[in-house]
Amino acid sequence: MTRQGEPRSARPASEDRDAIFRDGRRLDHAEASSKPLHTPAEAQPRGARLRGNRPVDQAEAAGRFIAAPAHQKMHDERLWDLRQKRDREMHGIEEWEELRALASAVKEHALTHLDAYLEEFEANATRNGVHVHWARGAAEHNRLVHGILADHGARSLIKSKSMLTEECGFRHYMSSVGIEVIETDLGERIQQLDNEDPSHVVVPAVHKLRTDVAQVFAATIGTDPDNSDVHYLAEAQRQSNRPLILAADAGMTGCNFAIAETGTFVVCTNEGNADLSANVPKLHIASIGIEKIIPRLDDLAVFVRLLSRSALGSPITQYTSHFRGPREGGEMHIVLVDNGRSARLGMAEFWTSLKCIRCGACMNTCPVYRRSGGLSYGATYSGPIGLIIDPTFNARKYSNLPFASTLNGSCSNVCPVKINIHEQIYAWRRELVKQHEVPFAKKAAMKAAGELLSRPAAYRAAIAATRTALDHLPDFVVYNPLNAWGKGREVPQPPRQTFHAWYHASRGGKS
Amino acid sequence: MKIGLFIPCFIDAFFPEVGIATLELLERLGQEVVYPCNQTCCGQPMANAGFNAECAGTEALFVRNFSGFDYVVAPSGSCVHHVRDHFDAIDQTPEVVQLRARTVELVEFLHDILKVDAFPWARFPHRVGLHNSCGTLRRLRHASASELNEPRFSKPMDLLSKVEGIEFVMPARPDECCGFGGTFSVFEETVSSKMGYDKVSDHAGAGAEYIVSADSSCLMHQKGCAERIGVPLKFIHIAQILNGAAA
Repeated sequence: MTRQGEPRSARPASEDRDAIFRDGRRLDHAEASSKPLHTPAEAQPRGARLRGNRPVDQAEAAGRFIAAPAHQKMHDERLWDLRQKRDREMHGIEEWEELRALASAVKEHALTHLDAYLEEFEANATRNGVHVHWARGAAEHNRLVHGILADHGARSLIKSKSMLTEECGFRHYMSSVGIEVIETDLGERIQQLDNEDPSHVVVPAVHKLRTDVAQVFAATIGTDPDNSDVHYLAEAQRQSNRPLILAADAGMTGCNFAIAETGTFVVCTNEGNADLSANVPKLHIASIGIEKIIPRLDDLAVFVRLLSRSALGSPITQYTSHFRGPREGGEMHIVLVDNGRSARLGMAEFWTSLKCIRCGACMNTCPVYRRSGGLSYGATYSGPIGLIIDPTFNARKYSNLPFASTLNGSCSNVCPVKINIHEQIYAWRRELVKQHEVPFAKKAAMKAAGELLSRPAAYRAAIAATRTALDHLPDFVVYNPLNAWGKGREVPQPPRQTFHAWYHASRGGKS
Repeated sequence: MKIGLFIPCFIDAFFPEVGIATLELLERLGQEVVYPCNQTCCGQPMANAGFNAECAGTEALFVRNFSGFDYVVAPSGSCVHHVRDHFDAIDQTPEVVQLRARTVELVEFLHDILKVDAFPWARFPHRVGLHNSCGTLRRLRHASASELNEPRFSKPMDLLSKVEGIEFVMPARPDECCGFGGTFSVFEETVSSKMGYDKVSDHAGAGAEYIVSADSSCLMHQKGCAERIGVPLKFIHIAQILNGAAA
C-alpha cells in the first residue's frame, strides 16, 4: 500500500522542521529545545571572570551576554516558555497553592527535626544493606568517595547530574587523582566536554545554542562542526558515551528526596541516566545533601507533584526512581554531606533557603537571570536561589550577587516550597552592609543621602542651589553618577518647578 | 477624614504633575488633604541598597511629618511598600506601627477605602497598557499575580474601567518586571535597560499608545528606554487619568 496521495498533515509553516506532531498537537521534548539559528553563528558568551576571592562582577558578565543577542534572545524565550508551561500545569491543579503550603510545611518540619530524621534515615538505610557515610565538607566528601572507589580499584565513574557534586568541585578533584568521570546527563555532558560549569540547576547547557554544541562536539567527539542538527548531535553523543557507560567501574547519583522512615531515596531525571549510573556498574554511590530528608513516603507525593511542574511545566519527570539497597552482588554507599548546611540552618533570616528542591522555577521566571545567563553569576548556584545561597559559602566573593535583582518577587511566587526568596535577597543586602562587604564609595553616598534626607531645610537648599532638580537628585537617590543611567536610557527632562515649589506658589497660605 | 499627602522625592523633583493630580483628585473626592512641607523621602533608596541604619533619620522625619493623620496617601507603590513592609530603622513604637499601617497607596485608597465608583470628570479615549509595578503587584496586591493560582482581580483596572473612552491592550508578559529596581537601574544598567526595552516593545507590540502605572519610577525608566530605542509610546500616571487629564 502506498501512502502517496494522502493529504499531508497540516503543520504550521513557521514551526520547527524537526518538531514532532501527534493529533495536530506539537510534542515538545520535556526540557524544550532551542530553535534553529537563522543568523550567522555568534560566538558563545562566556561566564563571569573569576579572580580569586575578589567579588564576582555579575553585571559585567551579564553585559557580555546581552551583547550576544542571538544567545540572549534564545535564552530568554526558552526559559520563559518553561515558565508558561509551568503556569499551565499550575492551572490544572485546583489545590496548587495548598500543595505549596504543604510542601513548605513538610520541609519546615523536617529541617527543624533534622538531627532525628537523619539518624532515622541512617538506621533504616543501614538495615537495607547500604553503607552510610557522613561528610562535613566538600573536601571530606571528595576524599571519602575517592576512598570507596580506591577500595574497589575503580578507575572510571559514570554519574548523573548533581548540584551537590558541583558544590564540591568533584570532577576537578577526581581528575586530580586520576579517576575518569563521565557525566551521563546530556546537558551536563555538554558542559563537561566544554569544561564549563552548569548554568542552570535543571537545564545545565540552556545558555548554549545548538551551533555552540556542534562546536563543542566537533572538538571533543569528532562530529561535523557545520552540522547542528539536534538529532545528529544527540545520537553522536549517545554513540560516544554508551561504551564508556558500559565499561565504567562505578556509578554515582545525586538525590532529590531521601525518606527517613524507609531509608530509601529518590532520583528524578528525564533521560533515565541516573538509572544507568546506578544500575550498570556494581558499585553505586549516592551523594546526598542533608537537607534532602523528608519524613515519610507519603510526603513524597506532595513533592513529586510539584517538582517537574515547577521545573519544566511537565506533570512528572520521565523517570522517578526509588533506590532501596544494593542489588545482588553489588554494593551501595550513601554519603550524607553537610558542606555548610548546618551553619545555614542556624541563620535566622536565611535558614528556609534549605527548603529548596532545586527545581529552577525561580531562575526560569527571573527577568534578570533570563537576560544574564547563569554563568554570569560565577557561582555554583545562579539566579534568585543563588543570590541567597552563594553568600553563605563566601560572603566576599559573592557580595555583588544580592544586588543583581530588582526585588520584583516573582521568584517567591513560583517557588514550590514558598521560600521568601526576594525578602532574603533584601536581607542579604543588609547583612553584607553590616559585614562591610560593599564598596566604600557606595557607603559614603548612602550615608550622605541619609543625612540630607533627614534635614528638610538642607534638602530644599540643596535642590534650590542646583537650579534644576535634575542636576542634583539622581546623585543621592541612586548613588551612581548620572552617566550610568544615561548609557542605555534617555535622561528625564527637568520640570519648571518641583511639586513643593508649585504647592507654595499656588497654595501658599494653606499648609 | 484627614489625609496626609506624601509626595515622594523623585515625584516632587521630576513629576510635579503627578503630585498635583493626586492632590486635586483627592480634593475632588471631598477629602481634606494636608501636604506637610517638611517632608523629603521615606528612606527607600538607602534601605534597598542595604543601608538600613542610614535610614533612621529619614524615617524619624517621616514620622514627625505624618503622625496623626487618618491616612497617609502617596501616588507611589514602591514608597508605600517600603513604609509598610520595611521601615524598621527606628524604634517600632505604637505611633510608628500605626503610621506604617495607615500609609496607603493612591489606588488602594480609592479602591479599598473610599470605594470610588465613578470619575465623571475623566475621559481618556486612548489605548493603554497597564503596568503594575512589582511592589504594587506582589506586595500591595493591586492585582492577582500570574504566578499564583488565584482568582483574577485588578484594582487599577477596576478604577480605570470607570473612565470614559479608555481601551486596554494586553502585553504578552503583563507581570514581567520593567527593570527599574531602584539602585539596580544603575548598578546593573545593561540588564536594567534591556528589561526596559523588552517591556516597552511588548506594550507597543500589543498596540498601546500609553503605558499607565501607579509608579512614576517605573515610568521614568521605561520612558528613557522607549526614547532611546525609538518606541513611540507615551507614559502617564494613573492619578492623572483619574483626575481627568486630557492626554
